[in-house]
Amino acid sequence: MKLAAALLAEEASNPLMPHTYELVVGIFSFAVVVFFVGRILTPRIQKTLAERTEAIEGGIKKAEDAQAEAQAVLKQYRDQLQEARQEAARLRDEAREQGARIKAELREEAQVEARRIIEAAHAQIEADKQQALTQLRAEIGRLSTDLAGRIVGESLEDEARQRRIVDRFLEELENSDAAVR
Amino acid sequence: MSTLTVLAAGTSGADGDVFTPPGLELFNIPPIIPGVPWFTKPVLLALLSTLIVVVFCWSAFAKPKLVPRGVQNVAEYGYMFVRDQVARPFLGKDTDRWMGLLLSIFLMVWVWNLMGVFPLVQFPVASHIAFPVVLAGSIYILKIYLGIKHQGPIGYFKNMMFPPGLPKAIYVLLAPIEFLSNLIIAPFTHAVRLFANMFAGHIILAFFSLVGFWFLFEKLTPLGAPLGVVGVAMTIAMTGFEMFIQFLQAFLFAMLAAMYIGNSLHAEH
Repeated sequence: MKLAAALLAEEASNPLMPHTYELVVGIFSFAVVVFFVGRILTPRIQKTLAERTEAIEGGIKKAEDAQAEAQAVLKQYRDQLQEARQEAARLRDEAREQGARIKAELREEAQVEARRIIEAAHAQIEADKQQALTQLRAEIGRLSTDLAGRIVGESLEDEARQRRIVDRFLEELENSDAAVR
Repeated sequence: MSTLTVLAAGTSGADGDVFTPPGLELFNIPPIIPGVPWFTKPVLLALLSTLIVVVFCWSAFAKPKLVPRGVQNVAEYGYMFVRDQVARPFLGKDTDRWMGLLLSIFLMVWVWNLMGVFPLVQFPVASHIAFPVVLAGSIYILKIYLGIKHQGPIGYFKNMMFPPGLPKAIYVLLAPIEFLSNLIIAPFTHAVRLFANMFAGHIILAFFSLVGFWFLFEKLTPLGAPLGVVGVAMTIAMTGFEMFIQFLQAFLFAMLAAMYIGNSLHAEH
């Protein structure tokens, strides 16, 4: 009896001897914590963490995609701009060329026209001159014969004679003109 | 004999004029309700710790948000710590499967230990060896079960006692040592390391606070007063140090658990 009490006291005071009821409480506590924290709650936070990682990675991927798209659009835009510039340059060159050609053609035409007009004018002048000369010759002849007839008092009706006289007169006149000149 | 010293300490410490440092009697706590011998302070604190851990984790992880707030933030920090510092180095890709157990162990041990410095409570649960024994024992059983399951009943012991790549003669020496260290010493030290740290920490705190109390309040003398002041200062400093030790031991306990589990899952090389 006494020995048992002493043993009990010994057991109670030996810090390396676990108390049975504490073992039971410890097992119970551990089981409760493992059940709630380990089995129920940890999977939840693991799921959330995985979702978060996914969300972040998804966000990054989305941003990357958007950036890539923006880059593609920018490239396309630049290509189009470049193309448009080239097209514009080509059109400008073409227009310039065409303008130059038209100008040359017009000039050519104008020159031809001008030449034609000048030639026509020359011909006209020549014709007018001839006509004037002819007229003048006839007029002068008539006047001269008229005058000569009046002066001589004799009608020079005879055509052939009259002409001969006039021609001779004119020749003399021209000769004297040439001598004077 | 220990009973005698306790009795002696009890009588001389309470009634005598001589300062008697606190001893093992610190850990012999009478039941809270007379007649219910199992319901003692450590039992109450163990149950309370369980409640604290469960309530804390429940408030944090019951409905976890993608964008964490408040308690979830704090608890996630703890989770990350256990995952990255305790579990990953030993378990690698198996980490997530064992996080529940390791988080439970870490939080539980830490809260047990924190009871040692919590004002008015001030008793580390793990300084009663039964509690570390439960955890270390569970891990021990789990480790052997996992070892046999993953490496085969013969393979487990063969891998443990006869690691490949050594000269044959070495095994004569190595096999018994490995057997002893893995199956007998490891679980023992696993439990005792935690227990002894908390046990010693509690004695140190009790000693310095008793020095302060004794020389400043019980027997205030001009010569004793400075000693009392030193006692109080040391109590404060040691409390801070204890908190560090408490965290460290919880970390170490969980880390060793992770190591044992990891070694059972994959043969050591």
